[in-house]
Amino acid sequence: MVISTEGLSFNFGNQQVVKSLSLQVPEGSIYGFLGPNGAGKTTTIKLLLNLLKTDQGSIHVFDKELQSNRISILSQIGSLIEQPAIYLHLSGKENLMNRALLLQVSEQRVDEMLSLVHLTDAAQKKAGKYSLGMKQRLGIALALLPDPKLLILDEPTNGLDPNGIIEVRELLIRLVTQHNKTVFISSHLLAEVERMATHVGIIDKGEMLFQGSIKDLEAISQPQVQIEVANTVDAANFLKKQGFTVTDISDDHLLIPFTSKAQMGEINSLLNGNRYVVYSIKQIHKDLEKLFLDITQKA
Amino acid sequence: MKGFILSFRSEFYKTRKTMGFWSAVLLPLLLCLLLFVGFFNKSDHLTNMPGMMAWLQFAGAILAVMGSLLLPMLIVFIGYSVNSIEHKADTWKSLFSLPISKLSVYAAKYTYAFFLVFLCLALFVLFTLGFGNLLSLLKPTLKFNEYHMEGLLTKIYFKLLLSSLGILSIQFLLSLLFRDFLKPMGIGFVLTIAGVILANVDWQYAYLYPYSHPMLTVKGLLHNRMGNGSDMPEITVDLFTKDIFVSLGVAVMVFIVGYFIVLKKSVK
Repeated sequence: MVISTEGLSFNFGNQQVVKSLSLQVPEGSIYGFLGPNGAGKTTTIKLLLNLLKTDQGSIHVFDKELQSNRISILSQIGSLIEQPAIYLHLSGKENLMNRALLLQVSEQRVDEMLSLVHLTDAAQKKAGKYSLGMKQRLGIALALLPDPKLLILDEPTNGLDPNGIIEVRELLIRLVTQHNKTVFISSHLLAEVERMATHVGIIDKGEMLFQGSIKDLEAISQPQVQIEVANTVDAANFLKKQGFTVTDISDDHLLIPFTSKAQMGEINSLLNGNRYVVYSIKQIHKDLEKLFLDITQKA
Repeated sequence: MKGFILSFRSEFYKTRKTMGFWSAVLLPLLLCLLLFVGFFNKSDHLTNMPGMMAWLQFAGAILAVMGSLLLPMLIVFIGYSVNSIEHKADTWKSLFSLPISKLSVYAAKYTYAFFLVFLCLALFVLFTLGFGNLLSLLKPTLKFNEYHMEGLLTKIYFKLLLSSLGILSIQFLLSLLFRDFLKPMGIGFVLTIAGVILANVDWQYAYLYPYSHPMLTVKGLLHNRMGNGSDMPEITVDLFTKDIFVSLGVAVMVFIVGYFIVLKKSVK
């Protein structure tokens, strides 16, 4: 495990913002840390970086205890927390050069990072004049500068346009698959994480609601059969009479819990045989957005 | 130690284009230049003055305000500017998630603030001497060449530097803790005014109060000047008076307390 926490808790005054959290982030994973705004994501990340003092519980990074190995652990982490920390009076390149000086990284690496995040042309421009997306990209470049084994990114696609989001996503996937890095990324956008994460943790009000691989998440998302028919109401009544459970009816389709492919064939032939024209029939997963709502509301 | 040096260099790199840094250079330059112009234009009045008196007038014009307002306010400003750069850019979190010890980051920042005060005072010495000598070149009627006060002036400013350390550490800590400008500035201003008053009324415990120290240092010089019966003033600088020891003691104590605050403080 690259990150593993046990019973991690944190209070702001009387308010407990992180409750007995047990994170398990495997090596080589893209771990999507999901939760609505104010769920405790940023607080958890600050605990992982030793910016906040842990009240209860333990944090191990690279199998070493965080508090007593702070510097050696931090030297292998690149991070971006909330809005990027950038000196606005310095140019984009100077921001990177300053960090390079502190981390003893070469200027060549700085230039590589600039071109990686497409800021080479704006390198000499003052960061104060950057757009939100450019600042975010500079923040990502700062995080990547030391070539860290573990990247911790807090909402890194905030403020990026669709192209930027795709680029960041592809970059992260490349880092994990080709360079054997581990990425811990927080987000409140499920669709975003769904597209790249290998593992997911879902947190709400400081509590972990779900943790596992993306497959585990899909497994509990109960696949359904979506049938597109001409007259959904009549078709639904007909299927009910045949002993099927219809979970949802809309103007153009109805949903039935998926049990097997044979069952799908049976439904198809039943409907067609009784003059209900089937336009399409397919197995679907409940989308994560909905699943997320279900999980968070149940809690 | 490496972390400290890297952090210190980074402090310079970050601030080299800011007013915080340049004010430490421009303030002595502009004030000495102003003085130079003033003396140059009024040279007729000063022609008959002996060299020593000319130098004392020249250097004393700045020293007189140095103790009361200039130095303390300069320190308030430097303490603020060194810390505000991180407050403004929201970079405390990235500073403290670097693989560098918190002590190095904190000490480097403090040392850099000290360096700026040192730089500023050193430039005051340099520019005072430089412009004084330039005056004697341009206006040989002024007797600046008859007296040399390099050693004495250096000693005076060195004592001022020492006397300012207590204030510096307090202001540095205030600026570290408070994000906005008004709190450290306002507190610093009030404490400075109080310090000047206490020093001026010769309160017997003023030496215990850091914000009085620069004023006490300047007053110490005046006292020496009056103490002599002859018409030529005699100036001696007693470097290690009890107020200087208090200043150093306060600086060390507040520095240590500040470190533990940084250690315990949550980074927002």
